[in-house]
Amino acid sequence: MTNPFNIHMTGVGGQGIGLLSQTLLRAVDCAGIRAIAVDTHGLAQRGGMVVSRIRMGENVFSPLIMAHGADLVLGMEIHEALRGAHTALKKNGILCYLNVAWQPLAVRLGQADSVAETQIKTVCEEMDARAFCVDAETIDDPRMQNMALIGTIAANKLIPGVDMNHYRQALKDLLAGPVLDKNLALLESYGKGAAPGPG
Amino acid sequence: MEKIGDMLIRKKPFQEMVMGNTAVVRAMVEAGTRVVTSYPGSPTPEIATAINSISKEKRPFYFEFSVNEKVATEVAFGAALNGNLSTVFFKSVGLNVALDSFVQLGLMNIPGGLVIIVGDDPGANSSQNEQDNRNIFRMSRIAVLEPASPREVYQYYLKAAKLAKQESIAVVLRLTTHVCHARETVSFGSFSGLISPHRVDFSTENGPYIPIAALALEMKRKSLAKMSRIMAFAGEQGLNTVIPGHKTRNLGVITQGLTCRSLQDVLQGGDAGPDILKLGMIYPMDTNDVVEFLKAHNQVLILEELDDIHEKEIKALAFDHGISVKLLGKNNDENFIGEYTPDKVLKVLKDVWPDFVKHHESSEQDLYSDSPVPVPPRPAQMCPGCGHRSAFHAVKKAVGDNDITVADIGCHTLGFLPPYEMGQVLLCMGASPGIASGLSLFNIQRKVVAFIGDSTFFHAGLPGIMNTLLNHHNITLIVMENGTTAMTGHQDHAGREISIESLLQGLGIKHIFSCDTYQQSTLIGHVKAAMAIEGLSVVIAKHPCMLKLTRAQRKKSGFVPRHVKIDDAMCSRSHDCVELFGCPSFVRHPDGSVGVNHDLCIGDGSCRQVCPEKAISIDS
Ligand SMILES: Cc1ncc(C[n+]2csc(CCOP(=O)(O)OP(=O)(O)O)c2C)c(N)n1
Repeated sequence: MTNPFNIHMTGVGGQGIGLLSQTLLRAVDCAGIRAIAVDTHGLAQRGGMVVSRIRMGENVFSPLIMAHGADLVLGMEIHEALRGAHTALKKNGILCYLNVAWQPLAVRLGQADSVAETQIKTVCEEMDARAFCVDAETIDDPRMQNMALIGTIAANKLIPGVDMNHYRQALKDLLAGPVLDKNLALLESYGKGAAPGPG
Repeated sequence: MEKIGDMLIRKKPFQEMVMGNTAVVRAMVEAGTRVVTSYPGSPTPEIATAINSISKEKRPFYFEFSVNEKVATEVAFGAALNGNLSTVFFKSVGLNVALDSFVQLGLMNIPGGLVIIVGDDPGANSSQNEQDNRNIFRMSRIAVLEPASPREVYQYYLKAAKLAKQESIAVVLRLTTHVCHARETVSFGSFSGLISPHRVDFSTENGPYIPIAALALEMKRKSLAKMSRIMAFAGEQGLNTVIPGHKTRNLGVITQGLTCRSLQDVLQGGDAGPDILKLGMIYPMDTNDVVEFLKAHNQVLILEELDDIHEKEIKALAFDHGISVKLLGKNNDENFIGEYTPDKVLKVLKDVWPDFVKHHESSEQDLYSDSPVPVPPRPAQMCPGCGHRSAFHAVKKAVGDNDITVADIGCHTLGFLPPYEMGQVLLCMGASPGIASGLSLFNIQRKVVAFIGDSTFFHAGLPGIMNTLLNHHNITLIVMENGTTAMTGHQDHAGREISIESLLQGLGIKHIFSCDTYQQSTLIGHVKAAMAIEGLSVVIAKHPCMLKLTRAQRKKSGFVPRHVKIDDAMCSRSHDCVELFGCPSFVRHPDGSVGVNHDLCIGDGSCRQVCPEKAISIDS
């Protein structure tokens, strides 16, 4: 890979962004591509915003990504997806997000409005970015919603050089037993070619 | 899947994708470290997670969480005096607590060698400040190595251990947040599988160890004499490296750690760049390497995050050696603030040598950067079911508008946020009883209430509490007892062995109230009663950490998720649940109705008491 490929992941503490990031990083590694990564999880467990990044390629040095330097932004939550699109996404990049909403404090206090999907559409149009909205409403366990994202990434080959086998292998490296089986099943179901098309 | 703990004690060399905090544990194993101590704090607690992933029987060293950083440092020092290679690790501000002991270590001959891992936090990602501990290391004359990546964390720990043993000294391994948490593939060496013999070799012949009067000066003389050998170690081990640029204009940069990586990223893609001297040993600075680099360049930028420590030292060095190089450093206040991320380094370079970063102009860097992000901020929150929330909700009802509330460090610090706004001033761990005492002086009009967590109570809270007794201060202390060190990831604390209530009784405190925080009316009554008392009164507001409890429950077979539900017909839209109690599980719909987010709600039911219509119930 000549150019670096940067992935910015964002969500809310408790959503399982750690497993998302580790699985993707391992999958990239399995695919034989050099990568480095870093999480920023200040008070993550406490429902704050969490960010993780992966940088792929030979000539990447810091695991941090510059503003608007992400080729792919992954949002585990709709407010954070919009924030990620505004701060991290490159022109012509890709935004892939779960249609899950965890209202921030100001929204619950009645001081701000919730983010609407149309806002995300507008930003992506302005930035000539492709957007994938992933429906995770059928997944009961919120800690497994990340599999819907990874499945969608696999189905649409959103990370260059990495395919379904690499994602499977990565999960097997990280999990075991019934937890692995459940996550794998979800990954497979979202990874079946027919994914929600660009929206 | 191989368990991480088994991997860390593998005998054969291997490669693995790990974070800096894990890599350092393999280095401890390979180096023959015998004793490791800590007090938890970000960015280092995952070091303990990696250590605990090795089963106790197989772990080649002793590990403990001590009551605070000072005690942890003392335990590791004592073990090293006996001849055992030892390590203590803690976060940036932990050094302030350890300081009284730490400053002595530079004077000491430590036969086993002591490696002190300090996790600094430029950018204050998870700390109450971004203090630059390099200031303190030089005051204590303790050598410091600073890695830039997980691979270097592993390598530099091994070198730090080697230096510490070779010179019988303490050596600091300075990590920063995004080095601790970075992940990359690291090639590890072999481990003999043998546990180094533990030693009990303490002897005053290795001393002196009593730094009193003239002896303290003699000890200082001895330790200064070691400095030149320590400096030479950097050269022998190749700790400082030159990364050649394009040799066009005789420009150079001296930098260190992750800042160096930021610089390399920013220069990437351009067609010219300066030479870089990356310092691996940042104190004492190897003057030979630096002088040589200065002589070879016309202009040198000293690129360092936080304080201008190297800048001042290098400017003095150039002066002393009569080198006519133009030295560039920090030129505005902003350069002293925040982490030197690639974005920040780009700004610095734009100021100094704009030609080198021309290639960033054409990109879309500034896209949207001026328009505000149309998403409300997402501050950290107390978790669903958190006993601290119930405590604040009740205390707020007991405290008068004009009374003063003092916060302390922990999850309950978040009580300062709306809708509770409990806790109006904060210094550091264990400071609340003392601050409250001062606020209570000359004060008969405004009651003073202080909060403190249970881990903090033992860590640094007790002296302040005893002072209120000694000097008869008039405060109400609320102990937020959740049975764990929650904020940093649920480490055990002294409460496992010592009952806070008995301890307070033992101190002779007469007015101690205690109840579970879910008992709202009892708690309100307790706080009101306590505040009416002259002198020190204590309310122990108990509830187990629900994040810890829920995680444990989820692991058990047969776990059934529980939620609350809201009867919309009964709901009067008073919004007490979502606006006053403020559990993040509530969802506010545009039509004013309130729902429950099942991803978040744990069905603890603590919210039921706050609904005036009793519209909230457990969904069965
Ligand atoms: C000197 C120092 N050491 C460590 C920390 C890291 N730290 C932040 S919050 C916290 C937990 C305090 O636990 P506790 O008092 O029990 O409160 P809880 O989080 O459980 O509510 C710690 C150790 C710190 N801020 N300062």
